Amino acid sequence: MSAVVAEHDDHHDHHDHGPEKGLLRWIITTNHKDIGTLYLVFALAMFFLGGAMALVIRAELFEPGLQFVEPQFFNSMTTMHALIMVFGAVMPAFVGLANWMIPLMIGAPDMALPRMNNMSFWLLVAGALLLASTLFMEGGAPASGWTLYPPLVLQTGAALPFAIFSVHLLGISSIMGAINIIATIFNMRAPGMTLMKMPLFVWTWLITAFLLIAIMPVFAGAVTMLLTDRFFDTSFFDAAGGGDPVLYQHIFWFFGHPEVYVMILPTFGVASTIIPVFARKPLFGYSSMVYATASIAFLSFIVWAHHMFTVGMPVAGELYFMYATMLIAIPTGVKVFNWTATMWKGSMTFETPMLFSIAFVVLFTMGGFTGLMMSVAPSDFQYHDTYFIVAHFHYTLVPASIFILMAAAYFWLPKWTGNMYDEKLGQLHFWLSAISVNVLFFPQHFLGLAGMPRRIPDYAVQFADWNMVSSIGAFVFGFSQLLFLYIVIKTIRGGTGEEVTSEVWEDASKHSLEWTLPSPLPYHTFTTPPKEIPTEHF
Amino acid sequence: MKKTKQLFASLFLMSLGLGTAQAEYTLNLRQGVTQISQEVYDLHMLILWICVLIGIAVFGTMFYSIYHHRKSKGHVASQFHESTKVEIIWTIIPTLILIGMAIPATKTMLDLDDVQDADMSIKVTGWQWKWEYEYLDNGIHFFSSLDEASNRARQLGSGIDPRSVPHYLLNVDHPLVVPVNTKIRFLFTAADVLHSWWVPDLGWKKDTVPGFINEAWTYVEKPGTYRGQCAELCGKDHGFMPIVVIAMEQGDYDAWVESQKAGAEVEKQQADKEWTADELIAKGETVYANNCASCHMADGAGMEGTFPALTGSSVVTGDIDAQIELMYNGKGMMPAFGQMLSETEFAAVVTYTRNALGNSVGDSVQPAAIKSLKSSAPADEEEDEDDEE
Repeated sequence: MSAVVAEHDDHHDHHDHGPEKGLLRWIITTNHKDIGTLYLVFALAMFFLGGAMALVIRAELFEPGLQFVEPQFFNSMTTMHALIMVFGAVMPAFVGLANWMIPLMIGAPDMALPRMNNMSFWLLVAGALLLASTLFMEGGAPASGWTLYPPLVLQTGAALPFAIFSVHLLGISSIMGAINIIATIFNMRAPGMTLMKMPLFVWTWLITAFLLIAIMPVFAGAVTMLLTDRFFDTSFFDAAGGGDPVLYQHIFWFFGHPEVYVMILPTFGVASTIIPVFARKPLFGYSSMVYATASIAFLSFIVWAHHMFTVGMPVAGELYFMYATMLIAIPTGVKVFNWTATMWKGSMTFETPMLFSIAFVVLFTMGGFTGLMMSVAPSDFQYHDTYFIVAHFHYTLVPASIFILMAAAYFWLPKWTGNMYDEKLGQLHFWLSAISVNVLFFPQHFLGLAGMPRRIPDYAVQFADWNMVSSIGAFVFGFSQLLFLYIVIKTIRGGTGEEVTSEVWEDASKHSLEWTLPSPLPYHTFTTPPKEIPTEHF
Repeated sequence: MKKTKQLFASLFLMSLGLGTAQAEYTLNLRQGVTQISQEVYDLHMLILWICVLIGIAVFGTMFYSIYHHRKSKGHVASQFHESTKVEIIWTIIPTLILIGMAIPATKTMLDLDDVQDADMSIKVTGWQWKWEYEYLDNGIHFFSSLDEASNRARQLGSGIDPRSVPHYLLNVDHPLVVPVNTKIRFLFTAADVLHSWWVPDLGWKKDTVPGFINEAWTYVEKPGTYRGQCAELCGKDHGFMPIVVIAMEQGDYDAWVESQKAGAEVEKQQADKEWTADELIAKGETVYANNCASCHMADGAGMEGTFPALTGSSVVTGDIDAQIELMYNGKGMMPAFGQMLSETEFAAVVTYTRNALGNSVGDSVQPAAIKSLKSSAPADEEEDEDDEE
């Protein structure tokens, strides 16, 4: 912790003990703000890489017939798009936010384990680059879907062991990040900040971190079994040797279902942070939000086989997983109702972060509705593996997780940089994104119900029209994100030139500690703990 | 030009709200042709309407609030932030709704699971990338793969407009034929990787898992042709292994069974006859186009880095028995064609690859030789030891 414990008390003085000069700063940094920035920039880069792959997919699906790519490459694109978006973009982006915001929100000078923090970032880069490099290997990148189901995944060419090793690296990186977050939250809160006085973003990340520690080793185990099946003559997943391909699916989804909540729980935290500020009201039902998050996290461990309703489970299993899955609707509903009650009788304004947050609540709820529909096992016999599920999980990831990441960027960029973003451009970015994302994903519900399976490079002509609409939406959405890149760069380089106060948003300091600090934030903050903590929620 | 035109046409239609009037803009789940599919459809609609109503209530409240409780209208924020009573209400009401949903869902689930008292059984095996059907009651057995017209049109840069192909990608060379008003039990397994057998009109899909048997059943009342496709990613040609089920009146079905049996007899005789090399090469060309060209390409050039070229290949120009062995048992991504092709087809395509595609080895193999290979190999063994390496 030597790097962060400054000799003097004046945390307004940000000229001393500044960062290293030059490139080396970013490589050896142990500062939570620098590492947060690294994570966010890396995630944004991966977002564009994964997005480019999505556009390859949508270009091929623009019309029936094969126009651009071979089916095998198409399958690599769907696989890599998912892996990169999940492990390279969404998860690291939230770790980046955690790095930036958790110490600020709990009044700590830095993360508890700053050197490990640096290592977990660079392992992420190594893992992601290794994964991306499989695109150039003999036999092509993995093409068996991000779930890596055997036996198909065992037909992967030279890329298989590299992909598996990259999963190991990404897993180690995530686990180290999670340990760091837990250690920070448990040990470094400002005096007086009891657990039930923490901002919700801190709460949701605390729970997410426990999920990560529980599940990443499971995924690592599953892919290691793939590795030994392929190279060391084991038969975990091969019936000829006494194994079972479906065993992999059980292990994978025991990881995979909590994993999708890893991407949504911090989203809930950010929404619960932003909505009260712009409604000028305390968050409604703080403690029920905490309990709902914990319940969702618990339920996520006991519902995994709803991803496998059609594998041929005994009917008792089908019924159990159906009932358990339906239960998730209850805490999730509580959250949506609480956000609505927070807005109710507020004094709302609609700056870009608020717009993205409201769109999140609405569109995430739509994703929740289709989730509820699919929890009904008999109906899922129709929906499973069609575009209906593609629409469902994209609704819970793009206009939910991604939108909230956008909201967070607009919300905190002025605090981080000391510069204001261009509100007009921000709103333009919002409306372009919000409309195009629905043009992109809403028709996919229709395609799935009409009978179009997912992961196909070409389709029967009756699916042509909605696919074309969806592809148009995809291109508008994709290119709109370049506007986001432009806005971010412009803000970093001076923004609108407007003076940014320490609060940035009206009365924000009533809600959370970071708004009591100057903008831009000094390199070191809270070298002495804050004397008072905001009590808005209680 | 054509693309742009279509694009504008579809945007124009949408803007007029005419989209839904067209068959192409299907919006909802199919009701299907069985009692189960109808039950599933009813469940789907029930939950859809519940979601719509909850959505109207929640979004209605939210948008009312967004409209009225804004600062620009001078609304002053009230500071309430807790109410245990409300929290309990909005926990209990959803719980009751869920119980209301779970009851009909459980009933349908139990119906779906009930494979008892079937009148006939059909075993379905998923292969990369075709379906194998065995009628366990009368011994009819055949493979069903994508029809030739679709297969030609779907090649990258084929220049064929998919709209000109009837039932593009949803047509097969050899459909599954079943009688109406009969409870049919299906047994599912797979030869290589996971597949999933799905005909939306029957109301369900079921995964096929290598080494395991899954069950499902159907009872079709209405004669007709019902189309579906593989629903579980199974590799390169996952999108190109459709399913066609033709449901016939009992009389028509019986006639079809007879014709199949006669056809099998002819096939058997062909395998015993002596073929000339030219006959084999001619037949082999079709077999190659339907089974090999999608990876090794129509001209045998393969695909750099992924699928080896056959032109000048050391396997195809080397020892003929080694080539037969490899094709028979498969290797890595190369499927095992031993069980998939008839003796005649197998011999024809071996001979074709050695004497066409730029190769001219000059030898050939007779169907009879393949037949003796088949009888010595453990026939009908599902879990062929298949080295993944």
